[in-house]
Amino acid sequence: MGEAIVVTSGKGGVGKTTTSANVGTALALMGKKVCMVDTDIGLRNLDVVMGLENRIIYDLIDVAEGRCRLNQALVKDKRFDELYMLPAAQTKDKNDISPDQVRKIVEELKPDFDYIIIDCPAGIEQGFRNAIAGADHAIVVTTPENAAVRDADRVIGLLEKTNITQPKLVINRIRPNLLKSGDMLEVDDIIQVLAIDLIGIVPDDEDVIKAANQGEPTVMNPNSRAAMAYRNVARRILGETVPLMHLDEKTGVFRRMRKFLGMG
Amino acid sequence: MNVKSLVTIKGVKDGLVFLLDDASEFDALLDELEAKLAKHEQQLSGPIVHIQIKLGARQLGEEDKERIRSAIRKQGNFVVQSIESDPVPVGPADYSTYKVETVTGMVRSGQTLEHEGHLLLLGDVNPGGTVRSTGDIYIMGALRGMAHAGCAGHAEAIIAASLMKPTQLRIADVISRPPDEWASSEPWMEYAYLQEGSMQIDKMAHLHHNRNRALQAKGV
Repeated sequence: MGEAIVVTSGKGGVGKTTTSANVGTALALMGKKVCMVDTDIGLRNLDVVMGLENRIIYDLIDVAEGRCRLNQALVKDKRFDELYMLPAAQTKDKNDISPDQVRKIVEELKPDFDYIIIDCPAGIEQGFRNAIAGADHAIVVTTPENAAVRDADRVIGLLEKTNITQPKLVINRIRPNLLKSGDMLEVDDIIQVLAIDLIGIVPDDEDVIKAANQGEPTVMNPNSRAAMAYRNVARRILGETVPLMHLDEKTGVFRRMRKFLGMG
Repeated sequence: MNVKSLVTIKGVKDGLVFLLDDASEFDALLDELEAKLAKHEQQLSGPIVHIQIKLGARQLGEEDKERIRSAIRKQGNFVVQSIESDPVPVGPADYSTYKVETVTGMVRSGQTLEHEGHLLLLGDVNPGGTVRSTGDIYIMGALRGMAHAGCAGHAEAIIAASLMKPTQLRIADVISRPPDEWASSEPWMEYAYLQEGSMQIDKMAHLHHNRNRALQAKGV
């Protein structure tokens, strides 16, 4: 029986979809059977980040309304045999599906997969309620900005009222040089306010943007620091104890030289 | 001249509701009730009708209630089910009678904790969260959100917190907005109070100065 994990944040643009795609792919990379569910109906992105847009035939709403069977709507990943995605509908909106319908679909997926990663839309309305309906656990994504932390706090408060216990925190898009100069919220300060367990810190990395535009999850790139961070998140989900990565950028001679030559 | 009737009778699903005027003399009211009942005389053998009596804002003792009951009982098939008054509006209770109550947990963004009496909160109040109490507020944790003590109007209420970093403080109807008005980065526990209508911050050890309650500690 698999575990369903919802990736949520409250605020938009902090990296829910990127985190879903990368953690999902990282888990598949480690040999787990994973299904990613996009619940951002009307604004689906997960398929684009995964590069699976052109393979979609049916979607979440089609399954909910009985126009197809669940496994007809699952899109198999082009890289991993054990990685699937259930896309959101693009032409409908969040009110066209109910939390009960999502819960039923997730329950139906659980026996066939080790992990079900649910990508939640921004906001705390119907879309959010849909996304958390079937989840056993939650990952709250935030960035080191006051607005994002505020919204994460709000979402944690809402999650605490459900049967999802102890949401885990991912702090995304940390910029080490800003941290050093004291212009960015410190990881410790964020944890002190939110008071939940940290499951990963992800440095801001241009590779993430490049990879997303190519429809390749960053985790596939062994040189990316963000990829390393996402793999660490996946390993912690599997129960391993992994120390937090050092955020200071490696400034080796080669790297400095490449930067100097405009190649870095 | 059309005088407003003191007794209004309404039919509801399970009987009749008698709305009795609450501004008139009770005796006049009773007279009119009896007159109305006499007018609507039915056969004593009719089906039983349940009567609810609403007194409005009028409060009656048992004796007077019994007078109403007996007036209605004369109509053999009427059974008085209830006699109700509107709930009495409660004024702010006396500040000195408040008791301290302990609440454990975190108040997160978007959440509001409301309390009657003094509140001891074991946990944090995060930015965007609100704690409101009619008495004092003591927070064993960080106050980063909004706290409103004495929200029913008691200006002598205080707000104390282990870490005083509020977005806003209110006591009674005074609103204070740190850090524009004052800033605190002291490592000790502090409390906020009102002095001549303006918000002041002091360390906890000075609280007894404006409380004037002598402590009877044991020891030599």
